[in-house]
Amino acid sequence: MMNEERRTFIKKTGLGVLACLGAASGLMTLIPETSLEKTVLPAWDEVTLPGNIRLGMLIDTRKCKKDCHLCITACHHAHNVPDFSHSKDKVTWIEKSTYKKVFPTASHQLQNKEITERSYLSLCNHCAESPCTRVCPTGATFQRWDGIVAIDYHRCIGCRVCMAACPYGSISFNWQDPRTAIHEPTTAYPTREQGVVEKCNFCSDRLVKNQLPACVEACPENVMTFGDLNDPRSDIRILLESNETVQRKPELGTKPSLFYII
Amino acid sequence: MLEKALKGTRKYWTWITFLFLVIIFGMSAYSQQRWFGLTVTGMDHNMSWGLYRAQFTFLVGIAASAMIVVLPYSLHNFKAFGKIVIISEFLAASATLMCLLFVLADMGRPDRILNVLLYPHVHSMMFWDLLALNSNLFISLIIGWGLLGAERKEVLPPTWLKPVIYLSFPLVIGMLTVTAILHGVLPYHNLWFPAAFIPRFLVSSFASGASLLILLALILKKTTGFEVGSEAREKLAVLATYAGVTNFFLIGTDFFTVFYSNPVPLMRFSLMIGLGSVAVLLIPALRTSSKWLPAACAGLVISIWLNNGVGYEMIEYSPTLLERTITLGIWAIGVLLLTILLKVAVTVKGEISHCVSK
Repeated sequence: MMNEERRTFIKKTGLGVLACLGAASGLMTLIPETSLEKTVLPAWDEVTLPGNIRLGMLIDTRKCKKDCHLCITACHHAHNVPDFSHSKDKVTWIEKSTYKKVFPTASHQLQNKEITERSYLSLCNHCAESPCTRVCPTGATFQRWDGIVAIDYHRCIGCRVCMAACPYGSISFNWQDPRTAIHEPTTAYPTREQGVVEKCNFCSDRLVKNQLPACVEACPENVMTFGDLNDPRSDIRILLESNETVQRKPELGTKPSLFYII
Repeated sequence: MLEKALKGTRKYWTWITFLFLVIIFGMSAYSQQRWFGLTVTGMDHNMSWGLYRAQFTFLVGIAASAMIVVLPYSLHNFKAFGKIVIISEFLAASATLMCLLFVLADMGRPDRILNVLLYPHVHSMMFWDLLALNSNLFISLIIGWGLLGAERKEVLPPTWLKPVIYLSFPLVIGMLTVTAILHGVLPYHNLWFPAAFIPRFLVSSFASGASLLILLALILKKTTGFEVGSEAREKLAVLATYAGVTNFFLIGTDFFTVFYSNPVPLMRFSLMIGLGSVAVLLIPALRTSSKWLPAACAGLVISIWLNNGVGYEMIEYSPTLLERTITLGIWAIGVLLLTILLKVAVTVKGEISHCVSK
């Protein structure tokens, strides 16, 4: 008799606990609004997202001088980017590459020699539909209200799933302690630790001080134009409307915020 | 029941000591990696996932293999699998533990692992994968232990075990799917992975899992004399054949879309062994032969190991010695857990049959 009562008591308590867990998990699944976005527009859709600011950059590759590295030096100095040169541990926020590396899906057959021999700047595309922010398990890589794709170095667990998801190879990992390879440290921006990822932040640290991105400021040829892609009167939009431009791998549907004039 | 693992022959203890030595080597290598960073591995900017991730992908498939035995046994009352069910659950638990350890070993900041739970992101397949792996580890241990405990007391398994077993099916499918999607969202050959990658990953897991179970059963027979029954082995071989054929059919369909232009050499090698093994399995006379069956099973496991993990990850990359040592260490931890669990299982089963024969 006693046993029977104990049995039903345990049964009922168990059910109660299960019900609580069920209710709790129900609360947990109140998914944030951002995760319920509508199906993405086709990759070739060029309509900018209305409402918010979407910061972007236009690079006029015709003006970029082949042997000039002023933008890279300025950026890497401003953000304490370690210099492991071209070893396997290299960390870069902005770099110069070949046409084939930057536009691998463009046509390379019988391409104009001047175009294939030019060097092309590559940095984070701050995609409107960024794969890296979707795959990050902790939200350490996230999209800001102004379209900048940023990284929280203190939350990153170093799983590198963002690196694997980025179709442009724009994210670097600190394979070893970066502080040993910073030659002229600056106090303007924090250094990182071993074991986390980092990349271009569109100089969000400088934007709050009303300064232009370091690379834009450093360029003597005005190769780069920085501005709000959602503002039809911005310089970048005016240039986009009057020039033929390309994005990197547009067919993937990531909607890069970086445009190139070839 | 765990005390059964403490009594064994000299051979058993030699094996345990050997595993411990490998684990110690692995751990000292890992301490190097923790100190100097992942720079000690062969991975770099272009190849940001390497050997660890490859092992993980393969082992998730093995972790799921228990389902192909437990499902017919519990849902269709297929009694021939009675002796192999517990073994398959213990294999699943060991494989899942190895998966989790490989995820940890691959992390730049393993000390921050709990951030995954503190800031869960429903977008992220990594998050779901870690949840599924942890649940699968506990569930397969609970099922295996529960069934074995009941067997030892010679009673029917407790009734609460049934819902747990049923829960394990969607969980296993979920774990495989999530792992496949985790790779499916990565740009590959300048495209996203084809959607057919996901079902292919599932069937290839079942094929390699069934093959590995057959191999494990044969090893157990040789080392302990424990016999799972020839019917169970034959049925598993049939399952491996079906899964293997489906796998290669799906790979074939992939060829006409993505791989058509330039298949990777490693994959060609993997395809050849895989197709050869499936061909052997397709012939009933060879499938039941004691020589051809283990060879074909081993071939299928290697083929899928190359194709699922290594093939996707290890183009133009060679892991360092330290990385290989850590990998071996983690395998040794998994094999140690499996050895202990199987030792308990085989001893308990031996005692029962001994009593019955008296």
